[in-house]
Amino acid sequence: MVVSSISRKKPSLYNALAKSQNPKFLVFACSDSRVSPSHILNFQPGEAFEIRNIANMVPLFDKTQHSGAGAAMEYPITKLNVENILVIGHSRCGGIKALMSIEDDAAPNKSVFIENWVKIGTSAKNKIKEEFKDLSFEEQCTHCEKEAVNVTLGNLLSYPFVRERVEKGKLALRGAHYDFVDGTFELWELDVKTTPAFAFS
Amino acid sequence: MAPTFGKCFTFCCAETSPEGDEMATESYEAAIKGLNDLLSKKTDLGNVAAEKIKVLTQELKELDSSNNDAVERIKSGFTHFKTEKYLKNDALFSDLAKGQSPKFLVFACSDSRVCPSHILNFQPGEAFVVRNIANMVPPFDQKRHSGVGAAVEYAVVHLKVENIVVIGHSCCGGIKGLMSIEDDAAPTQSDFIENWVKIGAPARNKIKEENQDLSYDDQCNKCEKEAVNVSLGNLLSYPFVRAAVVKNTLAIRGAHYNFVKGTFDLWELDFKTTPAYAFS
Repeated sequence: MVVSSISRKKPSLYNALAKSQNPKFLVFACSDSRVSPSHILNFQPGEAFEIRNIANMVPLFDKTQHSGAGAAMEYPITKLNVENILVIGHSRCGGIKALMSIEDDAAPNKSVFIENWVKIGTSAKNKIKEEFKDLSFEEQCTHCEKEAVNVTLGNLLSYPFVRERVEKGKLALRGAHYDFVDGTFELWELDVKTTPAFAFS
Repeated sequence: MAPTFGKCFTFCCAETSPEGDEMATESYEAAIKGLNDLLSKKTDLGNVAAEKIKVLTQELKELDSSNNDAVERIKSGFTHFKTEKYLKNDALFSDLAKGQSPKFLVFACSDSRVCPSHILNFQPGEAFVVRNIANMVPPFDQKRHSGVGAAVEYAVVHLKVENIVVIGHSCCGGIKGLMSIEDDAAPTQSDFIENWVKIGAPARNKIKEENQDLSYDDQCNKCEKEAVNVSLGNLLSYPFVRAAVVKNTLAIRGAHYNFVKGTFDLWELDFKTTPAYAFS
């Protein structure tokens, strides 16, 4: 099956992209069919290296259990030198709902994979359940969608190649939440710095 | 190291000004005061300080412009989506707010040039998309590969997608990384990349054996397609995929997008069991 040439409309862009890519963004987004970053942020070919998984999660550095996530970050950061990481959570996220539905972390899983994966966000779930006891389950889920992004931003720092570039100011970390019910997009930054050290002697 | 969250923006119809400026000003003023105190005691450091301040000023200018660029790019991107798509398709987005029922589960590479929304014009709601290095599907492994497993499980069992498509592509850095591994037993040069792309090792071995006369680039091109076949085979190691394929409620296809030539190849995986012979 041969598709008619897309390069007819933007020849110089596609000629350049055929040789190499130089994206400025590494984007984590959910696999949900409604939240493609190319749609919601109008990313054009070549702009964003994208990782999409359930509930846009990044696990802690773990060479054995999470080589997929690690590889997907190591390549754009160390070989493509992206300058910005953006983690985008979203409304009505099924993965976050599954996380929030786990009553007892020690109980046997009902799913083959899903619960083990979304448990990456457990600290978000615990924080939300404690701080927002009076809210409805749906409202708690919305808060958890954003707090889980913060957990992921923190997890990013467990990767040495992320940490060293953030410390040098070469890599910016941002979180976001896309709400397709309201049509809004929130964006926030993670500020990370070390203060000059006190030297005691 | 104590990370803090600063500068929150909300994009809807109005701009919100960044927070956290007051704190930043205080720590800057304290730092400048400290510097002035030092220089008033050690005036010979003046020239050194001046040089360092010039370098710092330049660095901050570059940082500020690249930060502003990124935020502006995100803001203008969302504004474009909101005005051109979201507000013009009220019925679609009202439906999608209630739930999704995509017909496709798509595996594509994370490469910035191969987004399925572009190359196959998927609209919101059409395709559940997994993107990773070299669009790999590892074999069933609850311990080492829970990420892909969770996505396949959710799409097949809960969303009940009817089609899985695994899309490889030209000039794939991950496949090139796989083909460059001379010796599987040698220590890896990367933290993660080699261990991940080795999922496709059977493809590499096959291509290297059958195409010894081809150039390295041509071998890579063949490996991009053969690695898709390895992934298609790996999909069948997931019991819920196998069950749906056997019932004919799920079709599995492989594809290869070549952005150098502007072509798209598509093929199917035929999988069936014949009726059993019963010996007694």
